[in-house]
Amino acid sequence: MSSTPRWLYVVLLAVGVFAPVLLPQIASQLAFLWIMVVFALAWDIMGGRMGYNSFGNILFFGIGCYALAVFQRDLNWGGYWVALPIGLVFAGILASLAAVFFGVGMLGLREKYFAVGTLGLGVAAGEIAASWDYIGAGGGLSTTLMPVAGNANVYWAYIAFATAVVTFFALKRLYVGRIGLALGAIRDDEDKAEAMGLPTTRVKTLAWAVSAFPLGVAGGIVGNMQGFIDPRDIAFAGPTYGTWMILMAILGGRGTLWGPVLGAFVFQITKELFWVYLAEWQRIALGVLIVAIVVFFPRGILGWARERWPQRFGVRVVETPA
Amino acid sequence: MSTLLEVTGVSKAFEGVKANTDVSIRVNAGEIVGLIGPNGSGKTTLFNSIVGYHPVDGGTIQFAGKEITTLRVPEIARLGLLRTFQQTRVYKQMNCVENLQISTPAAQLSTASLFVRVPKPVTEKAEALLDFVGLSSKRYLLAGDLSFGQQKLLEFAMALMSEPKLLLLDEPTAGINPTLINGLIDRLRRANAEFGVTLLVIEHNMRVIMNLATRLYCLAQGKILAEGAPEAVRQDPRVIEAYLGGH
Ligand SMILES: Nc1ncnc2c1ncn2[C@@H]1O[C@H](COP(=O)(O)OP(=O)(O)OP(=O)(O)O)[C@@H](O)[C@H]1O
Ligand SMILES: [Mg+2]
Repeated sequence: MSSTPRWLYVVLLAVGVFAPVLLPQIASQLAFLWIMVVFALAWDIMGGRMGYNSFGNILFFGIGCYALAVFQRDLNWGGYWVALPIGLVFAGILASLAAVFFGVGMLGLREKYFAVGTLGLGVAAGEIAASWDYIGAGGGLSTTLMPVAGNANVYWAYIAFATAVVTFFALKRLYVGRIGLALGAIRDDEDKAEAMGLPTTRVKTLAWAVSAFPLGVAGGIVGNMQGFIDPRDIAFAGPTYGTWMILMAILGGRGTLWGPVLGAFVFQITKELFWVYLAEWQRIALGVLIVAIVVFFPRGILGWARERWPQRFGVRVVETPA
Repeated sequence: MSTLLEVTGVSKAFEGVKANTDVSIRVNAGEIVGLIGPNGSGKTTLFNSIVGYHPVDGGTIQFAGKEITTLRVPEIARLGLLRTFQQTRVYKQMNCVENLQISTPAAQLSTASLFVRVPKPVTEKAEALLDFVGLSSKRYLLAGDLSFGQQKLLEFAMALMSEPKLLLLDEPTAGINPTLINGLIDRLRRANAEFGVTLLVIEHNMRVIMNLATRLYCLAQGKILAEGAPEAVRQDPRVIEAYLGGH
């Protein structure tokens, strides 16, 4: 990957910092924009870099939703502002632990079996949550409200922005490490990687745990921001959030650093415009968009661009003198 | 010389097809041993059995004094027993240097090391090995864009990168330009002599294997037909018969 132009960072930083105060009326959409970025980045670790299409990453998001809410309800150490960051980290850790736990069974599956297996995991989690009284069962769970006067969504937009930034740079750092190569090896030929003695099980489990963490944090944020967690429509919302995370990564270009970010922006903005201008028809339009993405952009916007201008993406196409 | 690999009475059948029947071979540390036999005689199957790719129906396999009959592929690989594939296998969407960088000995890949950059000595070794197999000028090309023969060379370099004790090579010269074959024989010898890698080589090219191996085994219809010095095996009437009458 070639180095990213500096102006891109500057523009994104400006959006993250100024947009919530300048446009407080859309603060909630802004918060969701950054959450979408987190969704796509996290999914891409497995789906893009490692070639494992997880349809059940919503599991980690849902765990995060409940983890923070229950932490605030039952412990609430140090009051709201202390408990919030601790609770968000707790949500991430719990999600990662779940990834390690379920990884033992799921990561032995390959390709479509993994996809279907993880899909089942997400659905099952929703059903379990809907029948578990401790977390409100099917009636849902109300979350602690942020003790601020005025528009809490402005604060959430910043918290979501910070989460996206940390996720982005953590992954950027991760991918230049050896694990980046290990993920690529598993994606290209897992049997070969095994035959070379690569600790594939460990790499896969780590990758899933790493992708679960930001999803857990995102779950905590969204559950709190909504003020209410419905087990099927928010926490384990496979048909919406769960599907979107996959689409955004594919749309932007899976396996690239900026692809998921770009995909999240394009998707979230398009979706919001549909909601505003296509009353009644938004869901159908969204469905059409989803089909169009999969049919016309199987490799995503950046994947397509990289094919056209490989040098710009740091791919050396000419031979180097020995 | 100490025994590195000891295969004793191994059998393997696929739905009635007896691919290997009561096969016993031994490879001593430091040797280059050849495995020949007509197409379909069970050579690749024997490799698969040795590296734990499938369970054997009977017999035992020992490597470096350790019982490995029931171990699986990754465990055996981590003991230092590697194989290359007849139908080359490389990481196609990664470039040649990256293919080697991720092929370090498994012992060097602790969990902590996964999170840091590839150490400089590893990259230097990767470059040196690419030079060794003659792929230096292609080092930043995607492995998938290499020709079949070049992929064979890359796969060989990947195997060397992980410093195996024993390397099983499945037809290393297949698809290699005839003018480059002598160079490859030379590299195989140097891998053996300089890097201390013991080799067990499947090969159809008689000239190559005669040049390379210190001992030969010949498989025919899943059974060991002959073993011994290369010239003696080649002139064995049963071997000649198997090659001429086999198909
Ligand atoms: N997975 C499998 N399932 C069914 N039959 C198999 C399988 N693998 C090998 N065989 C059969 O076992 C026999 C031995 O095959 P093997 O690949 O070991 O031969 P080989 O000596 O490597 O041949 P070649 O020189 O052509 O590579 C063949 O009859 C083959 O069809
Ligand atoms: Mg074969």
